[in-house]
Amino acid sequence: MIRLTEVTKTFPGTSKPAVDKLSLSIGEGEVVVLVGPSGCGKTTTLKMINRLIEPTSGSITVAGQDILSMQAHELRRGIGYVIQQIGLFPHKTIAENIATVPSLLGWDKVRTDERVAELAQLVELSPEFLDRYPGELSGGQRQRVGVARALAADPPVLLMDEPFGAVDPIVRANLQDELLELQSRLKKTIVLVTHDIDEAIKLGDRVAILSEGGHLEQYDSPGEILRNPANEFVADFLGSDRGIKRLSLIPISEIKLDPGPVLSRRATREEALSVMARYDIGWAAIGDGADVEGWFTADDLEGHKTLRDVKARSFQIKLKPEDSLREALDAVITSHTAAAAVFDGDRYLGMATVDEISREIVQ
Amino acid sequence: MEFLGDLVAWFLDPENWTGPAGIPSRVWEHIQISVVATVAAAAIALPPALWLGHRRRGGFAAVAAINIGRAIPSFAIMALFLPISIRLGLGLGFWPTLLALFALALPPIFTNTYTGVRDVDPALVEAGRGMGMTDGEVLRKIEAPMASPVILAALRVSAVQVVATAPLAALVAWGGLGRYIVDGFAVQDNVRVLAGGILVALLSIGTEIVLGAVEKRVVPQGLTTTEDVVTGAHA
Repeated sequence: MIRLTEVTKTFPGTSKPAVDKLSLSIGEGEVVVLVGPSGCGKTTTLKMINRLIEPTSGSITVAGQDILSMQAHELRRGIGYVIQQIGLFPHKTIAENIATVPSLLGWDKVRTDERVAELAQLVELSPEFLDRYPGELSGGQRQRVGVARALAADPPVLLMDEPFGAVDPIVRANLQDELLELQSRLKKTIVLVTHDIDEAIKLGDRVAILSEGGHLEQYDSPGEILRNPANEFVADFLGSDRGIKRLSLIPISEIKLDPGPVLSRRATREEALSVMARYDIGWAAIGDGADVEGWFTADDLEGHKTLRDVKARSFQIKLKPEDSLREALDAVITSHTAAAAVFDGDRYLGMATVDEISREIVQ
Repeated sequence: MEFLGDLVAWFLDPENWTGPAGIPSRVWEHIQISVVATVAAAAIALPPALWLGHRRRGGFAAVAAINIGRAIPSFAIMALFLPISIRLGLGLGFWPTLLALFALALPPIFTNTYTGVRDVDPALVEAGRGMGMTDGEVLRKIEAPMASPVILAALRVSAVQVVATAPLAALVAWGGLGRYIVDGFAVQDNVRVLAGGILVALLSIGTEIVLGAVEKRVVPQGLTTTEDVVTGAHA
């Protein structure tokens, strides 16, 4: 969908190129994240795709067409663009902001209004905001408007320059999830720039790691990059915790689950205590096969001969097989239980244990 | 007290409200020359100021304009242009005064428009450009409206200055409210001098109020939405 061939950009007055002979191919419907330290030319590269910066040499094609053969403003109307500062126009209402490109393209009012309403729904922005001004919205809401505005004319390509850089971490995580959710429906070709490797791993189908001067150090799926960093630069950039980072890419269904300390209501107190001892923990679950109703501690057994009348506590954290090992690890650590129960709906699958999770880190 | 009584009597005298030397026609002359001078200055200053601001170039011109404007007194311009005007057959009063007022109004309009446009948040300009606006569209749809509060304020300040300076026209034998002051001096009629002064002050204040009201209506709504309103909406 987008192809950069030997693209070089040297800014006037500098001898060293900001981007040096970069070649990169981005497939249709793919999310590619450009990531690297500052000065690596990632933003320059992004801005060359919509010609906000003109390449010094090399060629860039979008959908097979050489972008230099098109009028710059025509090209840009066909490419969604989201920037870190969001850049909503304070003198226009939210609806007018979203309708920026449709208005440039000369859409009539009916079509524009319909599209604006549709987009507001898409980014989960309540319609009452449409007549307000950007100054009246929170950071997260403004960011949603920024994305809606970029999507207004339904461009096949979306360029995002540090889109979540200006919001706090909690809002950022939500917006990232929303973007992934949106992308699963829209299947746009997205090029996103960030300096945050965790964001790159979370959002990218493929991640391009750039070093100073726009050198492509590695271009691969996040899992592959974490498993096999191409060189020392990449390994350093990923950080020493890359093993743990990788956990966020592996679903729980990939590992072997321990059946866990599960006892039926018929079990005796002695049996329960011996199971706990075997697992070296102070609790066990009550259930029958895939039907687990809850858990109890050794203290709960006080005064009971069997488990028949023991009160079952409900699980605070129920993991799903599609959750990541990172979430499983968090659950295990925060619940002080050495294991976290995994359920598929109501069906108990087993326990994710620290042992099994850490096996993936070591690999 | 007697003087005050004379002043009131002057304003109540129907003689002073009729004919070519009456208050209405003097006010009209005053407004005419002020409007022509301000509109001409805006017409000449705005296009280059908007464009240079858009290109974020020519800051020296803005600084030079405001400095020259400050350095040359209106009175000097009139004195300089008077003989030229006579030689060109343009007559005594109107043109030299108009030129002086024009020169007075132009620098603040130019400089404020230039800086107003230049200082528009670059992120907005980049967003507009990135979405496919041409240079003209960026200027028309983003920069000019964003700078409009500054531009309109400059127009208002210039207009008020012009109205307050226009009485000079009477020195070179043109009309306007300056006539009362100049003629009053000539015949040592202090009441008339003061009455003229009061009328000039009132017209200046009126200009300020009217243009202030226009400003409020013209400035885009989102730009007047202050932070207070935001907190109010969320509370």
